[in-house]
Amino acid sequence: MSNPPTDLAIEASDLVRTFGKTRALDGIDLRVPAGTVYGLLGPNGAGKTTAVRVLATLLRPDGGEARVFGHDVVREADAVRGKVSLTGQYASVDEDLTGMENLVLLGRLLGHSKPGTRERAGRLLDAFGLTDAADRQVKKYSGGMRRRVDIAASILNTPELLFLDEPTSGLDPRSRSQVWDIVRAVVAHGTTVLLTTQYLDEADRLAGRIAVVDHGKVIAEGTPGELKSSVGAGTVHLRLRDPAQRAEAGRLLAQALDAPVQPEADPVALTARVTGDGNGLEAGEQAARALAELARAGIVVDDFALGQPSLDEVFLALTDRPAVPATAEEAA
Amino acid sequence: MSTATATETTTAPATYVPSVETLGTVLAPGARPARPSALSASLTFGWRAMLKIKHVPEQLFDVTAFPIIMTLMFTYLFGGALAGSTREYLQFLLPGIMVTSVLMITMYTGVGLNTDIEKGVFDRFRTLPVWRPSALVGMIFGDVLRYVLAATVILTVGLVLGFRPGGGLTGVLAGVGLLVVFSFALSWVWTMLGLTLRSERSVMGVSMMVLFPLTFLSNVFVDPGTMPGWLQAFVEVNPVTHLVAAVRSLMAGTPDAGAVTWVLVAGAVSVLVFGPLTMYRYDRR
Repeated sequence: MSNPPTDLAIEASDLVRTFGKTRALDGIDLRVPAGTVYGLLGPNGAGKTTAVRVLATLLRPDGGEARVFGHDVVREADAVRGKVSLTGQYASVDEDLTGMENLVLLGRLLGHSKPGTRERAGRLLDAFGLTDAADRQVKKYSGGMRRRVDIAASILNTPELLFLDEPTSGLDPRSRSQVWDIVRAVVAHGTTVLLTTQYLDEADRLAGRIAVVDHGKVIAEGTPGELKSSVGAGTVHLRLRDPAQRAEAGRLLAQALDAPVQPEADPVALTARVTGDGNGLEAGEQAARALAELARAGIVVDDFALGQPSLDEVFLALTDRPAVPATAEEAA
Repeated sequence: MSTATATETTTAPATYVPSVETLGTVLAPGARPARPSALSASLTFGWRAMLKIKHVPEQLFDVTAFPIIMTLMFTYLFGGALAGSTREYLQFLLPGIMVTSVLMITMYTGVGLNTDIEKGVFDRFRTLPVWRPSALVGMIFGDVLRYVLAATVILTVGLVLGFRPGGGLTGVLAGVGLLVVFSFALSWVWTMLGLTLRSERSVMGVSMMVLFPLTFLSNVFVDPGTMPGWLQAFVEVNPVTHLVAAVRSLMAGTPDAGAVTWVLVAGAVSVLVFGPLTMYRYDRR
């Protein structure tokens, strides 16, 4: 609490929210610096959506408190609403209306004049590549277009804080990267973004800081680099030329990496976790040494990849169990 | 035609590349306009209801076909038996059947809200810094249009069948006006139900359970004088009875000030009780 509240877009302490017997939020603490992208990373049912809904004034917390730019989300909900926009997990636009009608509707609700809101809506649709679809009902849009019109609706008045709840879930790779570009542009203009995601690579690409959420609690927090190094560099995937050498290769790898090695369905493929030796030897270097061992033993490696840890691996490392969905609460 | 649509849908999304410059122009924080007034926000939400009717006109079926069926059915079913002729009966029945049909239609306000609120767009509405009840008030404004439409349909059918109101145009307009005002007030009961109950079907079930006895155990179809005493007692306190008496008197050109006042007070009480209850539920969803 040493920072003045203006430096923090979000400051939440010990937030609790229960649905029946499920503790969707079980004492969440968050400090989100203004002007950054902050990632909430976790599996389905971890409490990410509930946290966003509490911070966006849609749900009242059962305990704890949260401030958005210094305004209490319960007592000063109206002041908070003047500063935030929400793009929910499911389209937060009216699917029966056209893209243009949606933007004009929201523009009018934000107090823009009729001609002013049409003009702004037109420019937004243009910037989001939706001019041709302006007069089509949103329910006829593709997934990527829906997301874009949804985000466009969120920046009719450029918000100070934008909530993006799983903005790329269910999108194809091209649409995902479009959304990423948009998020970068939004934050470059000074808007703080709170992004929830199930994908570590997405949080890694966009977020300055990440909180890993599980069972309604923050179980780790830091920059993407800090998080990854706490987990280890990830997984090494190998494809050998000769399937007959797989058993031998597996033995050597297990020794060099000091980690269990899994044979894959493909008879020439192997996977192992690489974590570094804990005494200053980086994971990448350790993997390189393991490769050298294989070469010395005369094992030909056709393909080698050192992957980032997946969310599953982050979870395994942080909780000693895989990231399985908890009880259904996100819908509530 | 078909080729034009095909190329439009395949090329338009594929060619979009977010451009930093164009995004920059729309992201530049402009001056925030002043918040809209409560009325302006409500009317904008009313416009949304109009747009939904424009895109899904089938939803007007219940305010057109249903009232026609009700009017024809009860006129010809009971007319001969109860009043000697259908034309005679119609003079008595029409204001009542109009009240019955419109009140039945009010329950769709709750049903509609129950499905609408589940959609993500309500999350956005609820995070907007506007007068809180405006989304619901606007929705009911849209429904008021449906009530007016239903009343007009019934009146037209009635006039064709031989309904000749003694109050003339003024009396009819006053009657319809009072009915619509009361229906607006009653809608808040359904919005509360729509926000409280879990499914569309349960909203429908509960609404029917309330509306069915209220509309039938009243003075709509027959003179209560022929009913057993305990039923007369119920009919006497039934709000529908007072509403029908008031509308009938206005249309006949002999306004019953007592009944009209009763209806207006009951409407005000309904809004004052169920409006805040609705908003309580709305804020805690």
